[in-house]
Amino acid sequence: MVPESTGFAELLNKARERYPAVFDNLGTAALWVLFAGLLIAALILYTNLFVVGVIFGSIIALGAIGLTLIYGIMKFAHFAHGDMMMLAAYLAFFALTGRIVGEKTEVDLGWSLDRLPGATTGLGPLSFGYGLLLAMLVALIATVALFVALDNLIYRRLRQRGSGIVIFAMVSLGIAIVARSVILILWGPEPRFYVPGIFPAHEFPFGIKLKADQIFIFATVAIAAILVYFLLFRTRIGKAMRATSDNPELARVSGIDTDQVIRWTWAIGGALVAVAGVLLAIQAQLKPELGFTILLPLFAAAILGGIGSPQGALIGAMIVGITQEVSLGVEISIAGRDILPQILPLAPGYKFAVAFVILILILLVRPQGLFGAKA
Amino acid sequence: MTVLEAREVVSGYGEVEILHGVSIRVEEGEVVTIIGPNGAGKSTLLKTVFGLLPCKHGAVLFDGEDVTGQSPQAMVRKGMSYVPQSDNVFPLLTVQENLEMGAFIRRDDYHSKTEEVLALFPDVMERRHTRAGKLSGGQRQMLALARALMLDPRILLLDEPSASLAPNMVELVFTKILDINRSGVSIIMVEQNARESLKLSHRGYVLAMGQNRLEGSGENLLESEEVGKTYLGG
Amino acid sequence: MKADRFITPAAWALVTVAIVTLPASRSQDLGGVISFLTGFAILVAIFAILALGLNVQWGYTGIFNFGVVAFFMVGAYTAAIITKGPATTEYVRYVGGFGDKLDFIPFLDSEQWLPFLFGTAGAAIVAGALAFVLSIPTLRLREDYLAIATIGIAELLRRIAIEEKGLVNSDRGLIGIPSPLEDLVNPPEYKFIFFGVVVGLVILILIALEAGSRSPWGRVLKAIREDETTAAAAGKDIFNFKMQSFVVGAMIMGVGGAAYAYYSRSVSPDAFTHFFGTFLIWAMLIVGGSGNNKGAILGAYIVWGFYSITGLMRAYFADWGLEFLELRMSFLRDFVVGALIVIVLLLRPAGLLPEERRVSLFMQREDKQPTPPGEPESGPTGSRADAPPDREKGSGGQAS
Repeated sequence: MVPESTGFAELLNKARERYPAVFDNLGTAALWVLFAGLLIAALILYTNLFVVGVIFGSIIALGAIGLTLIYGIMKFAHFAHGDMMMLAAYLAFFALTGRIVGEKTEVDLGWSLDRLPGATTGLGPLSFGYGLLLAMLVALIATVALFVALDNLIYRRLRQRGSGIVIFAMVSLGIAIVARSVILILWGPEPRFYVPGIFPAHEFPFGIKLKADQIFIFATVAIAAILVYFLLFRTRIGKAMRATSDNPELARVSGIDTDQVIRWTWAIGGALVAVAGVLLAIQAQLKPELGFTILLPLFAAAILGGIGSPQGALIGAMIVGITQEVSLGVEISIAGRDILPQILPLAPGYKFAVAFVILILILLVRPQGLFGAKA
Repeated sequence: MTVLEAREVVSGYGEVEILHGVSIRVEEGEVVTIIGPNGAGKSTLLKTVFGLLPCKHGAVLFDGEDVTGQSPQAMVRKGMSYVPQSDNVFPLLTVQENLEMGAFIRRDDYHSKTEEVLALFPDVMERRHTRAGKLSGGQRQMLALARALMLDPRILLLDEPSASLAPNMVELVFTKILDINRSGVSIIMVEQNARESLKLSHRGYVLAMGQNRLEGSGENLLESEEVGKTYLGG
Repeated sequence: MKADRFITPAAWALVTVAIVTLPASRSQDLGGVISFLTGFAILVAIFAILALGLNVQWGYTGIFNFGVVAFFMVGAYTAAIITKGPATTEYVRYVGGFGDKLDFIPFLDSEQWLPFLFGTAGAAIVAGALAFVLSIPTLRLREDYLAIATIGIAELLRRIAIEEKGLVNSDRGLIGIPSPLEDLVNPPEYKFIFFGVVVGLVILILIALEAGSRSPWGRVLKAIREDETTAAAAGKDIFNFKMQSFVVGAMIMGVGGAAYAYYSRSVSPDAFTHFFGTFLIWAMLIVGGSGNNKGAILGAYIVWGFYSITGLMRAYFADWGLEFLELRMSFLRDFVVGALIVIVLLLRPAGLLPEERRVSLFMQREDKQPTPPGEPESGPTGSRADAPPDREKGSGGQAS
């Protein structure tokens, strides 16, 4: 009654089994060429969208790097990652404005960062002042503390019990729901902004239009990425983190202090989450649902890059970001006839669905991702 | 002076008991080999000694001190080093980084130690900035041994060091093991390749079905008819 | 752990007591209270159907479906567009609308029940078809990837419902969905009829499932869940069985969706969030004990009970002047449920899911995640960490 299971994945697996060396290398090479080709085409044809995609991709990258580190070292999918980004963004909002808002409530805590002299005066062409930067720092410290506390109270106990994936998933989803509810309770469902108002985009060559804030975002991510690189590749604890991600049993056996590694992982993950969350709120807005919405692109980026590989997460995030933005504007026409008019350009509501499509494709064709080792 | 001793060790995986009271000892400076058929519990013994498996009954003594059931990290700090049979390098890390990880708990400058260890394995030294995953099987085994040496261990626990290696590599590995032993490190190893390993061992144990069967010097076991018939066939 | 045994019955008792006394204490209107309790029971039954469907997928074959809401939604929408008549104004656009054509049996008041048979059957078929199509790319994925993929699928489907104008009236949703047998009684009493209908559905499903699990098919499913590797070695085509269970579970979820559509009489994409349609169902299975049909129903009762009770608290908060909390009641409810699940999962020991999958003692499946670091000092403990650290190739496994 049920037909034989066939399908693209099946064929692919058979091909890979019979001709492992050739096909796998060919497959990987083909993937790289495909991605590179598409990216170059996008860069040339839709330069502005490409650049916006890079900006958005860099925000995702910070989140995805943290996610892939947690996934690689602790072997679990941290479903609360996106909502934690939003929580951090709102914590920054709170530090900045000291306000709790919502239904019939406007509580002002008396003092907040925006009362510091000149704190809200835009830094140069940026929309915000140094107050937001301080607020970001506050959020960072709070998020790191929160992540480490959650690990001590919750995740460590689950690990010691040898809990399965279901439990880890449900617990992290539960924590995500708690985070989102806290945001909704304290700051309500309406969208909010750090700085109200519309800010102009500046014109650059090649038809690129960028707001100053967006350049700030890119610069911040670049600095963060460099710091993370230094940490992971030039410090003892960073190498221990990579080692633990690579081969956890051997790490234990070699005498590496896995507790310390795990603490650092949460700390770095928390710091990246906080920065990414604030940047996301600057780029888009403060909205409670955004945390769950961003979860798919985060996972798509991490899996595309290969779980456990921060470089992979970075590149994966760029690919996801660029693909998302470009698909909103791209029109494919051959000889003047519009191909796929129903699908491309993509309706804006489908933007995040693009990440999902990328995810499914990667899982089908190359589940270990671009930089992942074959299991 | 007995470096390592296991007394009547009972252990296994979860509910299943593999070792039913095994005793072995390693004197300082010795090479001791444990051989026996599949399922005898050889690897299990090593893992229990090192703290990877819980010891249900019996004791493990290191330099006379009772270390039964302590964690692998604690064992490493006391001076034991363990090389698993497979997955014994960090494939994504370079050779250099692998060694650094071996020395993770050293507080001091380990660079000289790195050079010293690499000198023992010139083949690996050439490739110090290559990712370990790209090394050949034999080179990886060398790296695994090198990694274990980074902490100046008193005793090395080797789980089937010659497994899945080509015959010429096997010889090389055993030569290295001998070199390491000569530099003052006691060695206890579990081996399928009984003949080769007994040749360089001071003493050996034969385990079967989770219990001690035979014990003796390397030579005696090699020459023993009983051992020869049953276990040295391959 | 003896305490373990008391938690579930205690929770059940607590919910029952609270759900009866709280509304009664505020309102002297017995009819109102009974009506409220009936409404509560109806939703418990609907959720129970969804949980039963998930139990087939996870409890029986260990399929980690975190996109339950997708099948729930598809079932609800299908039932809606089949049983509704065509659009009455130009502002409402959707496919389907066969409701008025489906009462072709001239006697027995067929418009009271026939369209709903079609609607429910349609819901099951479409949900099952969706599962069938999705099983090809997703069922071979390793468990956590499957979870991520199914979350994505559910969100994608929700997006499609919103974006495609003319499919199901996008974000405005569909209203005016008829209910089965609604003309038999006066509107205030209709709940009791519907309660009977939905309980009947639950009983039918239970009977079918119990029969199925005693059959050879059911035994193979249990074998796969216990130890996939050995079952595969025994020659069973794992993928086919998993696909069948995935489809059957999805069909049941579709039926639950149909029941939901008939009861609430309107559906819109907002109603089908991950929290309501997926997380809560999983919570129900976990609280009730998975692998167990009775557990699914019990879990539905306890979890939905907690959720409803926190909703009842709203009136009390108003009484006590806690306006801040009262106005944020819905968010507070989510907070409580989320926190409760985390606490429950934390406090209950590793044997919480009594029929949780166990990997074969001596082997790790190639695609199974390696054990995380940070194990307790004396070595691995717990059923999941029982597998030895080194990965031996070869069947049966030998400890050397």
